[in-house]
Amino acid sequence: MTTISLKFSSAIQSKKSMPYLLILPAIIVILGVVLVPLLFSFYTSFTPFKLTKPDSLFVFIGFKNYIRIFSDMAFWEAFGRTVLFLAVVINLEFLLGLGIALMINKITHGQRVLRTIMMFPMMFSPILVGFQFKFIFNDNIGILNNALQSLGVTDQAIAWLVDRWLAFGAISFAEIWMSTSIFAILLLAGLFSMPQEPLEAAQVDGCNSWQIFKHITLPFIMPFAFIAMTIRSLDVARAYDIVDVMTGGGPAGRTELLWTMIARTGFDNANMGRANAMAYVSIILSILFTYYFFRKIIAARKAMGGDA
Amino acid sequence: MKKFKKIANWLATFAVMLIICIPGLWVVLSAFRPNREILAKPAVWIPEYLSFDNFYAIFGGGKALIAIPVPAYFINSIVIASTSTFVAIVIGMSGGYAFARFRFKFKNSIFLGLMLSRTVPGIALSLPLFMIWGRIGLIDTKMGMIIVYTALNIPFTIWLIDGFFRQIPKELSEAGQVDGCTRWQAFWKIEFPLAKSGIASAAIFAFLTSWNEYALASNLTRSTDSKTLPVGLMDFTAQFTIDWAGMSAMAVIIIVPALILTFIVQKHLISGLTFGGVKG
Repeated sequence: MTTISLKFSSAIQSKKSMPYLLILPAIIVILGVVLVPLLFSFYTSFTPFKLTKPDSLFVFIGFKNYIRIFSDMAFWEAFGRTVLFLAVVINLEFLLGLGIALMINKITHGQRVLRTIMMFPMMFSPILVGFQFKFIFNDNIGILNNALQSLGVTDQAIAWLVDRWLAFGAISFAEIWMSTSIFAILLLAGLFSMPQEPLEAAQVDGCNSWQIFKHITLPFIMPFAFIAMTIRSLDVARAYDIVDVMTGGGPAGRTELLWTMIARTGFDNANMGRANAMAYVSIILSILFTYYFFRKIIAARKAMGGDA
Repeated sequence: MKKFKKIANWLATFAVMLIICIPGLWVVLSAFRPNREILAKPAVWIPEYLSFDNFYAIFGGGKALIAIPVPAYFINSIVIASTSTFVAIVIGMSGGYAFARFRFKFKNSIFLGLMLSRTVPGIALSLPLFMIWGRIGLIDTKMGMIIVYTALNIPFTIWLIDGFFRQIPKELSEAGQVDGCTRWQAFWKIEFPLAKSGIASAAIFAFLTSWNEYALASNLTRSTDSKTLPVGLMDFTAQFTIDWAGMSAMAVIIIVPALILTFIVQKHLISGLTFGGVKG
């Protein structure tokens, strides 16, 4: 015992092990709550485990779950819809965020107030955003249909959350409403921190405003866009909350995303083995996504002369 | 021409702000209206009757359309969010300080590993946690949720606190140590007070993450013992009739604390995110 405690106290004193001791608690918690459960679910994805049949946890069936989901059209439909959804919302959020940042940057008075208003959607929990748009897009009592009918645009109630593509649009709108601010705020911070001399020099040299934007402004603020994208990529799966409230993946799977499909397979149908196999597909999707943007941030950090 | 551009810019900005504000304001307004007015056909645009009845109803007074134990959910949310925030900040401070002040082997890989743990979708993590928590008796307990949210908050807390410590020149604590402080004293007396407001905002972020989380909570909680407000909000949709007024009132109860906290941190939000990310 004494040798252990001696070793321990000398380890504390030695400068080399200090940083490891400081990060140890974080690593223990992450191991216990994230890594070990994920290893367990990785194992489960090779069993036919059903919550209703505890013994099935010990039956090894190899890649059967994966083969089963990869040959399931409903899975590919949900997967395709998820990828399309991410591509649409992230690109639109970036473009709209850039537009809003440029607009606010031009305004001379009241920037602070505008920035504060922009933070508004960021405080909303995804579940509230979902509820809010479920309310707005409701075909019977929603403000949108009520407005369209009062204005005489249509006398029919439009079934926003029932039609496949209208519902996709409504859900994307909710997601974009929630997250565009992150891009706008970070890009605005980038614009504020931009040095003015290169802009003036370019003007003197006769560049037009599009050339200045493309060759000076945009490269300067791109690292800020990458930060926003990294932050976003950390929580893309929050779309689960929105879809769960707005449509629950229905009607008849028409708005099913990968994440709602995992919940349905695992919890509603108690088919944990197959749900875990799907979950791994979603995890790999998220990790690739984040890793890509994280590399970009590291590169941007180096380019700006920081030490990574 | 220049003036025209300016006006166009101003109008476009105004339109954007309207799109941001109207949905939220509509929910707030509905929280004060009776269901019969919300459901009226043709639509009633100008509220004729505003009251606190919906709030009164969801807190157990008066007659609610669907009885939901909102006060219990509220207490669960407060207990779970604040405890997990406190633990995450203590652990995150120690970790963030290590990343900001030391050079060590595998530093970048450990940092990347921690961040990647955050990318795991909540719903994917909820499956194994449901199985394990079920076996060790943590399902539907506040303790179970506190542990999960602590882990959820650690990566981002480390990222932010790392950034705040990097803003403080190393030389300050070195000077303190030359003057006879131990490293520990130098930390508490010099570096911590300077990073304090940054750490406070990291705490608010962690609190908001736990306060707003749904995917994990909806699958790991099931009764008034541990259900949080976002999960409770879904109680309203369990039936065929949706109590829009009650749901709006509950939405207001969820949003108000978040609103206040975000206004407090908004200055640090931007500096924290960009500094921790870009300048390194």
